[in-house]
Amino acid sequence: MRGESGPEVAFEDRMATTEFRVAPGAHITIDGDTCRGCTTRECITACPANLFAPMADGGVLFSYEQCFECGTCYLVCNEKGAITWNYPVGGAGVAYRRS
Amino acid sequence: MPTERYDAVVVGAGPAGSLAALVLARAGKSVCLLERGPYPGAKNLYGGVVYGRVLDAIIPEWTDEAPIERWVTRRVTMVLTKTQSLAVDFRSAAWGAPPYNGATALRPAFDSWLAGRAEREGATLVTSTTATKLLRDPAGRVGGVSTDRPEGDIESRIVIACDGVNSFIAREAGLAPPLESAQCTLGVKEVRALPAGEIERRLALAPGEGADFEILGGTGGVAGGGFLYTNAESLSVGVVLVLDDLARSGRRPEELLAELSGHPAIAPLLAGSELVEYGAHLIPEAGLAMMPKLAGDGILVAGDAAGMCLAAGLFLEGVNFAMASGALAGRAAAEALERSDTSASGLSGYAKLLQSSFVLADHRKLRRAPDLVMSERMQRRYPALLCNLAEELFTVRNPEPKRGLFELARPARKRAGLRRRDLARDAWDIWRTFG
Repeated sequence: MRGESGPEVAFEDRMATTEFRVAPGAHITIDGDTCRGCTTRECITACPANLFAPMADGGVLFSYEQCFECGTCYLVCNEKGAITWNYPVGGAGVAYRRS
Repeated sequence: MPTERYDAVVVGAGPAGSLAALVLARAGKSVCLLERGPYPGAKNLYGGVVYGRVLDAIIPEWTDEAPIERWVTRRVTMVLTKTQSLAVDFRSAAWGAPPYNGATALRPAFDSWLAGRAEREGATLVTSTTATKLLRDPAGRVGGVSTDRPEGDIESRIVIACDGVNSFIAREAGLAPPLESAQCTLGVKEVRALPAGEIERRLALAPGEGADFEILGGTGGVAGGGFLYTNAESLSVGVVLVLDDLARSGRRPEELLAELSGHPAIAPLLAGSELVEYGAHLIPEAGLAMMPKLAGDGILVAGDAAGMCLAAGLFLEGVNFAMASGALAGRAAAEALERSDTSASGLSGYAKLLQSSFVLADHRKLRRAPDLVMSERMQRRYPALLCNLAEELFTVRNPEPKRGLFELARPARKRAGLRRRDLARDAWDIWRTFG
């Protein structure tokens, strides 16, 4: 059964328990040049949805589809303006059922 | 949606927004309650316990009507080290009967119910609609919001920003500076399904009664805390992490939550439960220090958008502060509309109402709590001191004779890395903060 007990549940299975209504466009944008020069890249580990991934060229790759819309990424980003973050279009995004 | 006109637009149908809309509608004002989620509560995640006392005067039948999961009759305050735990386990039969104290509730159900109550009073709820910017008249005063609907401008004499911790509306209005990571913690939560009878057996609860665990320590090297609450047929377990500390640590939030869930004092409660929802939300943690200007020309701010969540160690409350501030914003707005003066000074009654209510009184009283609770000594050294002391006290070392508490305290204090003068200073700090 998906999401069976135990802390070792795979991250994709963990994320699959939550409903996301995916918007046609991203509500996060990042400035690739700034991210390539970033030495801390704290967004990668701090994002609870694990949406940020390091790229081989030193940049940061992100996805928006399974975003909790919490705001952690833009707050921990120490390069002003590297992450621009807004709310998804109305009706889209995370739709909690049991929170 | 053609341009519409209301006395007031409330942005966000959470507990603050729905109460603001309800109070305005009850006063005979036309109100539009905007919600960007497909239903109220879709974007909202909390621990969760709701303290509904503030509803007694506004919705007297709330205890019968609200979608409550369980009435909390057991409150456990717990400190953890990696292998130990020490708890104060308080139970009250009184909390299981009217007028009750705290209740667990799921936010999509609870927030939808509250918004429905506002609708019943005449408010117009519009879901799946994001407010994108403020409308302003040539003089710069706020006169409504633009939305992401085609021709979706909504004109109003007052806007009440109840748009949550990130509040882009309060910031656009110039009432709040940009949000800072140091003002926030990150709450990360799992909801784990378990049959009602099993929850009651494990937590030693009567049917319909609930437990609330507040946990200090157990969040790895990251400052914060943990919680475990019983819903009707699920457990909510989570960690609250100081955002800067989390970012610096390089740890993953779900790993820290897994550590707490795997703690010997917590794991047996969760065994065999099934993960049914995972989520995260920021918590405005800084209290008074992060509160924005509460009113501008044509605009008020309430709830998490105004930093009104109370995160003060012993007390972790938010929904009640949101509901109370929302209701007072609605009242101040209705009075300003009556006088046809919705300028910042015409709306200044809101701050006065808050000052004389528990909302600002509690925040003033507990203004030192956030820093104290997140300090390194409270986070790590005191949990270790208390647990070590308990272990020494209750470990039988026959044939060695028992040692007195005083004799045990010194080595336990030293092992926890605390000096005598730290204890004196912290005792004074705790007294000043909570006394």
